[in-house]
Amino acid sequence: MRKTLVVLFLLFAGAATAGAQSNPMLLNAAGATFPYPIYSKWFDVYHTAHPNIQINYQSIGSGGGIRQLLAGTVDFGASDGPMSDDQLAQAKFKILHFPTVLGAVIPTYNVSGVSTDLNFTQKALAGIYLGTITKWNDPEITKANPGVKLPGEDIVVVHRSDGSGTSYIFTDFLSKASDDWKNKVGKGTSVNWPVGLGGKGNEGVSGLVKQTPNSIGYIELIYAVQNSIPYGKVQNAAGKFVKADLAGVTAAAASMKDMPEDFRVSITNAPGATSYPISSFTWLLIPAQISDAGKRDAIKDFLKWMLMDGQKFNEGLFYAQLPKSVVTKETKAISLIQ
Amino acid sequence: MDRAAPRRFNGGGPRAFIHRLRHGDEVAHILTLTFAAGILLLTSMLVYELWVNSHLSRAKFGWMFFWTSTWDPVFDNFGAAPFIYGTLVTSIVSLVTAVPLGLAAAIFLSELAPRRMSDTISFLIDLLAAVPSVIYGLLGIFIVVPLMRTTVGPILIGTLGHVPVIGRFFKGPNYGVGFLTAGVVLAIMVVPFIISVSREVLLTVPREQREAALALGATRWEATWKVVVPWARTGILGSVFLALARALGETMAVTMVIGNDPKISASLFAPGYTIAAVIANEFTEATGDLYLSALIELGLVLFLMTFILNGLARLLIVATERGGGHPS
Amino acid sequence: MSRVLLIWRKLLNIVMLTLTGVAAFGVVAVLFLILGYLVWNGGKSLNLNFFTQLPKPVGETGGGMANAIVGSLKLLFLAALMGVPVGLMAGVYLAEFGGKTFSYIIRYTTDLLNGVPSIVIGIFAYSLAVLPFKHFSAIAGGVALGIMVIPITVRSTEEFLRAVPGNLREGAMALGASKWRTIATVVLPAAKGGIITGVLLALARVAGETAPLLFTAFSNRFWSPGWEQPIASLPVMIYTYAIAPYDDWHRQAWAAGLVLLALVLVANIGTRVVLSRGGGGRSA
Repeated sequence: MRKTLVVLFLLFAGAATAGAQSNPMLLNAAGATFPYPIYSKWFDVYHTAHPNIQINYQSIGSGGGIRQLLAGTVDFGASDGPMSDDQLAQAKFKILHFPTVLGAVIPTYNVSGVSTDLNFTQKALAGIYLGTITKWNDPEITKANPGVKLPGEDIVVVHRSDGSGTSYIFTDFLSKASDDWKNKVGKGTSVNWPVGLGGKGNEGVSGLVKQTPNSIGYIELIYAVQNSIPYGKVQNAAGKFVKADLAGVTAAAASMKDMPEDFRVSITNAPGATSYPISSFTWLLIPAQISDAGKRDAIKDFLKWMLMDGQKFNEGLFYAQLPKSVVTKETKAISLIQ
Repeated sequence: MDRAAPRRFNGGGPRAFIHRLRHGDEVAHILTLTFAAGILLLTSMLVYELWVNSHLSRAKFGWMFFWTSTWDPVFDNFGAAPFIYGTLVTSIVSLVTAVPLGLAAAIFLSELAPRRMSDTISFLIDLLAAVPSVIYGLLGIFIVVPLMRTTVGPILIGTLGHVPVIGRFFKGPNYGVGFLTAGVVLAIMVVPFIISVSREVLLTVPREQREAALALGATRWEATWKVVVPWARTGILGSVFLALARALGETMAVTMVIGNDPKISASLFAPGYTIAAVIANEFTEATGDLYLSALIELGLVLFLMTFILNGLARLLIVATERGGGHPS
Repeated sequence: MSRVLLIWRKLLNIVMLTLTGVAAFGVVAVLFLILGYLVWNGGKSLNLNFFTQLPKPVGETGGGMANAIVGSLKLLFLAALMGVPVGLMAGVYLAEFGGKTFSYIIRYTTDLLNGVPSIVIGIFAYSLAVLPFKHFSAIAGGVALGIMVIPITVRSTEEFLRAVPGNLREGAMALGASKWRTIATVVLPAAKGGIITGVLLALARVAGETAPLLFTAFSNRFWSPGWEQPIASLPVMIYTYAIAPYDDWHRQAWAAGLVLLALVLVANIGTRVVLSRGGGGRSA
């Protein structure tokens, strides 16, 4: 009996001290699932280069990132939808937005018998998500896809069940594409979806679409690529059907006239023949005042690394690099973190 | 110091008190009492926190909260109806499945099986109750959902979907996830409770009852169904309430297979949402104070539901233990 | 006419009784199916990496759940630390000291606490142990789990203390021991087997809890030194990996499920075997 107690105690003591290197700096962050693949890569690479700095990022959705940042339970947050004026007003402290990558939200689908890329008009996407277009062989879809045999099956709509910046980007686009959507549903990290199943995170939506026949969902580009699920082309403001790729996203960003000082900008439905219409920046949300000097320096150093070296990893994971002008502006803005 | 004293010191009076105090008994009494009272304090704090933190939502929506069926974070309009509906529907489906199954198994274990077999099987069934919820969820996602989508669903829609009154529950697109799947997974999770309690209750039915029925010419089954089970019915009902209380609060397994859509639909194949599941999904992300408050109000509602049910269950089971059932 | 009725009744008898047997064996079969699936799918992915590696970035294969295994152990330790003393003391009170009404209130409240859905306990622990300190932590997770450990511990402590035969107590008192001495040196040791098994069962139960950890312990990609940082745990990892689309993560989820289930079942089977051998009075 006593022996087992001693063994148990040693086990727990060992567990308690496991992994305790010489006081690593632990930073906790949470937020968007949209950039999770690149963030997890970045934090991993950064940690290898700086073994005493650990950034624990949990992808719980942009809504979660904002909420936990406001509650002060994480050191910084991440979101694909910039914080609204209301949300910023709620915060007891000033929050700075730092764009990190450019990404694309794509419509992914799992339609029996269809192996080519489907074209989606803006009306089609809005109608599908409003619930007014219910079958795959609806004229709005078939007219954009001549020669493709679409089944007369019900469309299984998938959306996010959690508070999501990816949802924000998608609903932001839908609000521009359809007045109906704008008035009935609006844009946000969490909306009152007229129809559909909810998946948790980009991961959950990809999983649901992958496993459910005749479904459609919206996810970040990398999730479709990594899971080999097909995704379609979306009609942009100029009327052209564009398949999401780095060029299209970069074109959308380039068409932006002026990056505002606080970096909060929407580039969905951007003008230009080659622009991909559902593109967006994604941001890290950093408090302007960080009292812990060690943490402050670590975060500032990471941001600098991210803008210089980190960007090199973007394209490998299907995110576009930030435009040079934005990088310059951001590097200056780092000094705002006190 | 511990002298055996001829006087009674466990009684009242200041001298006795001081004696107990000096000899540590009163200290022990007070110490353990404090911890016991601590539990009271803890539970009160829990209820208090739920009440206070849901204030914003209660103030804004009042009683309408219970029958509003929108859940709209953009326009800050929240209602509990879809979640209460989902919680009740999945629980009812789970009971409809688990009660006959569980009662049948309990009858077998108490009436038919030899003692050792009965004990071993009961033991194994109790182990089912120990399996964590998230593992049921894991199995749900990868086994039950595809099964429901490819096999069971189409069969049910093809047959029951055409029956007049209940047909509307079995219609519509079948995603694999939904109320029925969640209900079935819940059924497996609560059936051990029904079996365990029912079996115990059935075992307490006096032998004379059975023997009298058999002596009158009843078959084994008739004796069981018409005499033994009715005798134990209060306790069995108690087990059902217990199972229901458990089903209401289940979170992980449900959220992994229900589809997470806050809608009220007649069809069991439609996706839905329960109170526990929406809290799990949206709590860490509720970006507005009203939003968070609404979620906490949902938690309060769930708490009250399980509180009432557990209370009822307790009453029923205690009534059986004391009175031994009533003759019909 | 009555001949036909008799045949019908006999037929019904056989059919219904067979069905009850089918039901019972069916339920047992489900247990073995669950085990079978986990062993089949999880066993394949259990390798050394799983037990020794940290999770790898999304999309890269070969990561493991070493931090989640250790995390679960640490959380259980905290839960035991916080829940067991409270439960033990309260159980002693109910069995040895309690007055009639107050005891009834305590028992009722304990049952109430036991019935609270774990997600609601998570909400409570969030407002108690996360918000005021402004970060998720292992301690917060321990608080949530500890609250769940308390009612089970109270019940089993009281039960096993009551089961200690009266003559043991009387013997001690006859020798001159005061009440607390009797409890501490005679009654508790006599009931110790049952109480420990009760505690182990409580820990096995909370080891599998996911919901309350979602907003208290959160999760962690790395090791979590000390007690004040977010910490990974097996159930949360299973949940996160299961709902993702990556096949490698699914494999790891099965493996983690197998490990978790093995721990829980071993604890349950072990304690019940000990109990039935005579570690205590009534069966749990």
